[in-house]
Amino acid sequence: MACIEARGLRKSFGATIALDGIDLHVEEGRILGLIGPNGAGKSTALNAILGLTPYQGELRVLGRDPWVERDQLTRDVAFIADVAVLPRWIRVSQLLDYAAGVHPRFDRAKALSFLAKTSIKRTSKVRELSKGMVTQLHLALVMALDAKLLVLDEPTLGLDILVRKQFYDALLNDYFDRNRTIVVTTHQVEEIQDVLTDVMFINHGRIVFDCSMEDFETRFVEVMVTPEHVAAARALRPIHERQVFGRSILLYDRVDRQQLAALGDVRTPGIADLFVAVMGNSANQAQGAAS
Amino acid sequence: MNTQSGLSTPYPAGPQPAAPVPMPVTRPMYWSVRRELWENRSIYIAPLVVAAVVLFATSLAMIGLPRRMRAFPTLDPAKGHASIVMHFSMAPAPIMLAAFIVGFFYCLDALYGERRDRSILFWKSQPVSDGTTVLSKAGIPLVVLPLIAYALSVAAQIFLLMLGTMALLGSGQNPATWWGEVRFFQGLLIMFYGLAVHTLWFAPIYGWLLLISAWARRSPILWAVLPPLAVAAVERIVFSTSSFMHMLGYRVTGAMVEAFALKPKDGGNIDRLSQLDPARFLSAPGLWVGLVFAAVFLAAAVRLRRNREPI
Repeated sequence: MACIEARGLRKSFGATIALDGIDLHVEEGRILGLIGPNGAGKSTALNAILGLTPYQGELRVLGRDPWVERDQLTRDVAFIADVAVLPRWIRVSQLLDYAAGVHPRFDRAKALSFLAKTSIKRTSKVRELSKGMVTQLHLALVMALDAKLLVLDEPTLGLDILVRKQFYDALLNDYFDRNRTIVVTTHQVEEIQDVLTDVMFINHGRIVFDCSMEDFETRFVEVMVTPEHVAAARALRPIHERQVFGRSILLYDRVDRQQLAALGDVRTPGIADLFVAVMGNSANQAQGAAS
Repeated sequence: MNTQSGLSTPYPAGPQPAAPVPMPVTRPMYWSVRRELWENRSIYIAPLVVAAVVLFATSLAMIGLPRRMRAFPTLDPAKGHASIVMHFSMAPAPIMLAAFIVGFFYCLDALYGERRDRSILFWKSQPVSDGTTVLSKAGIPLVVLPLIAYALSVAAQIFLLMLGTMALLGSGQNPATWWGEVRFFQGLLIMFYGLAVHTLWFAPIYGWLLLISAWARRSPILWAVLPPLAVAAVERIVFSTSSFMHMLGYRVTGAMVEAFALKPKDGGNIDRLSQLDPARFLSAPGLWVGLVFAAVFLAAAVRLRRNREPI
């Protein structure tokens, strides 16, 4: 059974359409990156999955309707958003007591052993912790909740690179396994490229690109073309072209690697590069359609 | 609420590390109330401070008790009674007033503050329904604060009783006459009754404040207070009547009118069971209309909390 199953998910705020008929199918054991520009509808999609916002269309998370069964669903779903949501007045020990009180499967020992690796004191209030420590604290809770689905909305925003690295390391080593699913949105795409199993681009409330990372690595090739081969390279229908230090870098989808290797240096592109290509193309198409 | 309903469509998550523990429905409620007490320590600190101040002032007044006791037989009975029990029987009033005021401001912030600091996103990611959350918050002014006020009032009176007894013994008088006038045990019942009728009577006020707290995008206190006053003002200007204003006034003072049978000679002192009129209170339409309004306001607050996003 799919962890998240959506069909024709729609949501509008007045005249603004935030989600314009999204289809989603996320199997358990996947780590899905939801990438998109600001205002693309990422957070709205996550809010719908978490039962924080009503929607039109069909949506099932762990077999439940999130809007109707939020309080049941949140036993198995954990959520970390742009860190600032932990109440600032609460003490670490109170937070653990509360979570143990309302969650049926809270494992306090697990949370404590995770916290022991940090400099967070149990008597501290959240407002006394640094931003990085708040994220660690939230992560400690999530570890102990034994949640089946973890939703991360810009979890590492405003954190330094060391903490960001620790965050994803802890997520992979201490939390993730075949029975769990993670959905993450972030602007720091490069950092999670190796973490993801699937990637999805969302723009103007629609999914414009959807691919597993295995496919990603076989499908897409980036070539730094030597100047004399530029014309030949362009003939192979790249999906995007950019200039770096006077050299042309061309991006291809499903073009034979051997053939491309003759034209210059070949490498697997970053998600960010593909994102720019896909978004640029869809903007051009929109312009083309308008004119 | 059936905690097992989800099992009809089980989610096959491979090997389950732990069997789902059935959780009593009361647990989220219990922890929600505890969480409110953690966040809003004024719920018990404010009445405690007021109790301390009141005790300090009345303790000083107790110094004069032996002198007033000696004058007591020479005075007219009603006047004499008031002069020796007044400090004792009035001590709980400021404590209870403090509890009602704390309840007022607590309700205004209860569903507004969590949206303003965005912590609502955290609370909503916990397995606690909006209904449980709103009810736990309504439970603070409706149950927790009255109980705190009652406990503090009883403690204050016990303290004053001991203090007065010592003062009388110290001046060589028999405290039994004073005890007879004070009627401590009747007072326990009267205080409980007084708190209960006022809490029930004020329920729609708390409901209204929670509703505004769940709805307002800014300054809930203005939204809670100004529109009712505006309605009263419009009525006054357009119809030259003030029935809405009277209704508001009745909501504030009505419990005193409906629940007690006071006579002018009582001088505002309530220390006899015969002054209580529960039959009239329970048959007052104002009580039941108020409770219906309270239920409607709370139901609307639950709906709003479900839909509202951080501000």
